[in-house]
Amino acid sequence: MTEQASKQDLLSIQDLSIVYEVDGETTYAVNGLNISLKRGETLGLIGETGAGKTTTALGIMGLVPNPPGRIVSGKVVFDGEDLLQMPKEKMRGVRGNRISMIFQDPMTSLNPVMTVGEQIAEVILIHERVSKKASFQKAGEMLEMVGIPAARAGDFPHQFSGGMKQRVVIAIALACNPDLLIADEPTTALDVTIQAQVLDLMKDLKNRYHTAMILITHDLGVVAQVCDKVAIMYAGEVVESGAIRDVYENTRHPYTKGLFASIPDLDHSVGRLKPIKGMMPDPTNPPSGCKFHPRCPDATATCSVSEPEPVLTETGHVARCLMLQSMVEQTDVNRVQG
Amino acid sequence: MSQEMTLDPVQVQPENSPAKGAPKKRSQWLEVWRRLKRDKMAMLGLFIITLVVLAAIFADVIADYETVVIAQNLADRLQGPSAQYWLGTDEFGRDIFARIIHGTRVSLMVGVLSVAIAIIMGGGLGAVAGYYGGKMDNVIMRVMDIFLAVPSILLAIAIVSALGANLMNLMLAIAISSVPTYARVVRASVLTIRDQEFIEAARAIGASDLRIIFRHIIPNCLSPVIVQGALGVAGAILSTAGLSFIGLGIQPPEPEWGAMLAGGRQYLRHAWHVTTFPGLTIMITILALNLLGDGLRDALDPRLKH
Amino acid sequence: MSDTILEVRNLRKYFSTPKGMLHAVDGVNFSIRKGKTLGIVGESGCGKSTTGRVILRLLEATDGEILFDGQNIRHFSKDQMRRLREDMQIIFQDPFASLNPRMTASEIIGEPLLIHNKVKNKRELTERVAELMELVGLSPRLVNTYPHELDGGRRQRIGIARALALKPKFIICDEPVSALDVSIQAQILNLMQDLQEQLGLTYIFITHDLSVVKHFSDEIAVMYLGQLIEKAPARDLFSNPTHPYTRALLSAIPSIHLDHKMEREVLQGEITSPINPAPGCRFAPRCKYAAPECTSREIHLNEINKGHFVACAMVEKG
Repeated sequence: MTEQASKQDLLSIQDLSIVYEVDGETTYAVNGLNISLKRGETLGLIGETGAGKTTTALGIMGLVPNPPGRIVSGKVVFDGEDLLQMPKEKMRGVRGNRISMIFQDPMTSLNPVMTVGEQIAEVILIHERVSKKASFQKAGEMLEMVGIPAARAGDFPHQFSGGMKQRVVIAIALACNPDLLIADEPTTALDVTIQAQVLDLMKDLKNRYHTAMILITHDLGVVAQVCDKVAIMYAGEVVESGAIRDVYENTRHPYTKGLFASIPDLDHSVGRLKPIKGMMPDPTNPPSGCKFHPRCPDATATCSVSEPEPVLTETGHVARCLMLQSMVEQTDVNRVQG
Repeated sequence: MSQEMTLDPVQVQPENSPAKGAPKKRSQWLEVWRRLKRDKMAMLGLFIITLVVLAAIFADVIADYETVVIAQNLADRLQGPSAQYWLGTDEFGRDIFARIIHGTRVSLMVGVLSVAIAIIMGGGLGAVAGYYGGKMDNVIMRVMDIFLAVPSILLAIAIVSALGANLMNLMLAIAISSVPTYARVVRASVLTIRDQEFIEAARAIGASDLRIIFRHIIPNCLSPVIVQGALGVAGAILSTAGLSFIGLGIQPPEPEWGAMLAGGRQYLRHAWHVTTFPGLTIMITILALNLLGDGLRDALDPRLKH
Repeated sequence: MSDTILEVRNLRKYFSTPKGMLHAVDGVNFSIRKGKTLGIVGESGCGKSTTGRVILRLLEATDGEILFDGQNIRHFSKDQMRRLREDMQIIFQDPFASLNPRMTASEIIGEPLLIHNKVKNKRELTERVAELMELVGLSPRLVNTYPHELDGGRRQRIGIARALALKPKFIICDEPVSALDVSIQAQILNLMQDLQEQLGLTYIFITHDLSVVKHFSDEIAVMYLGQLIEKAPARDLFSNPTHPYTRALLSAIPSIHLDHKMEREVLQGEITSPINPAPGCRFAPRCKYAAPECTSREIHLNEINKGHFVACAMVEKG
């Protein structure tokens, strides 16, 4: 899992930085982000409020609102092409067709005055050269695929429950058989039993159509169920990333460790949780050095001065921590190029 | 920061002056002012309104009421703008500039007071209707609907005709005709605020209805009322001018913008300035109030806070 | 039974809607002992929040008894209720919506003290507010900040301080941490635990998050469509979930353990309407074990183990 952009990567984000500028104040939303994803892989992007997850997704989709948002640097290479350099017209052809997105709130991402069938057919009509009739036919098939009878294509969104609406949203997102699906907190607004249904559906569809997926969430459990790879974001940076088993069972970054210690575990009882002290740094004025150092239990003097480089751990995943870096340097293991 | 997070409640010491060095309570109005300052058009409006207010305050210093504003001087009637009469004279030879300046007093007073009366009456009714809902809401709002079904200028004309044309009645007439507007605005915002959790929280700590209305609901629905008020002053000034124009408002010889317009319309062909300047004054004042109102709407709405 | 602080008997709350009677809470019974925590779990629309509000009489019950300290408070007058509010308080889910945006932290925390005349003068008020802020871990320099200037965790601390101002014995916590990030969530949960130990508080902890409720509660009650369907000590409920709905609910929680392969019982369909519900077990339409007798009669809670109650016709049969 090195960060070099290999040919086989479907998506490779390199050194992406996005800021929002409001009233002369700069919010550093995404800072030098690196992520790569192969075809058919599922990446869980985990982070708390303000970590920059959604901005990253909007960056990939070319939907960062400008102003106030601005992409400062970086590349988003999708299937060999840098999306950030792509002309607007062409980008529109990619969006919804080859990359599609599912938003958190199924209630507001559907148009209340169009039937769900029309909404699915619309996406197909925009991106594929088919007749209107064929598009409706395919819309019905898509509904069946997500477990809704095709007969309900003529119903309006308000006639569906929350879980069903999210299925419709998934059907719209998959209508053009995209290569990459970005799902931003797709199950956060749903109840657990419904969440379980939707996650099962997404897992099943991913396996059947070999769609690559980025699942944005704050829920470590959801990622454990669905993803192959995981990237933990903190203050606009990926602090730890790699194969899910490596990251979950061989956690190296203090922030990731803190996240795991913060959630009550169903299988093991603890008297007290061990929360991460303090709170998210102010994104307009991020701390110097390692951005996590003010909250880090292991922080030393150097942490506030120098910025950590990504380090390859012994199990093969990447973590950004100075303590790790110095350990690795001592044992003379190769450092990864950021 | 670490002090905040580690919980050590055992060492609560009775401190006599707690919160040393805590930032002073910052007024939220200061924030609004900061945002408003950035709006150039609103600031232009505010500047013009300030001029109008100053004119009203210092009217007597600028021109004497008895000798200049109402004393007739038929020798100088209908003269065009000159060094002596900046905006010319009217059909009785009175200085139009001086009359416009003194006219601000009536316009502002009617504008502000009638809106104040309307806000108190309409706001109270709207708050009660919104907070209690049900039958109370139905009765109040249906009465308001009846008021709204009559064109407000007709309503004002009817009230003034019935009570007699004087300043007090004029204000009342304009206030009453705009009560339904404020009732609606306040009711709508009370309805949204009433269902917020912090109202439930207030009830949970045992707050009385009165306290909930005055401490929790009203401060949160001031914004739309202020915006409506700024626009309402403009409307009231316009209504005053309109009523005076048709002879139901301020009676001569007292200077009033609408009455000045009416007086000059016979001479429109050979003495354009008699109607033009009062007309322009009305227009600019209304425009300024509307600009300020729009600016306030943006400045008060936290969702538009960029 | 003297250490029972609260008992509800046959509590009902119906709302009339254009489509018919909505049975939000339908015949709920439970009791809580002093100093303990009862967790109420369920999915949206199961009536858990309504139950909390009916107990506090923020909503009027349709039927039933609410015994607080042995007294039925359901018909208490406004004045009696106001005095009672010193003893029973609530912490809300949304730390933004539950704080008046036009009031500062100290005004919000001080308000209950003013309403109940707990302080003699301004100085005493400032002192008490400072004590409360310290108690919940808020820095004194935040006294004059407005809610929108603070993050969710600190806002929730203000909400907790307000609830504690009158030194209540009993607090209903309505999803107090679900709007917070996980790292902040743990801070608040720990704070609430510490306060419970220190002040001897009794909690009803309402949530949809099963891992949080397990961590926090002594006893857990599971609600489905307005009814209590299973109630047990926390440990028993998780080691021996008996009602088919409880089992499905537990198996639906995404585990953070990669090799955790609990037998998934994915539920079919979604929650049915609470409006004019059919008699019998409300879960029957989604239950794979459902038999005709499930809907032929009302199913009541039955003790299957010490302290472990289940409302299921199939379990009754064994």
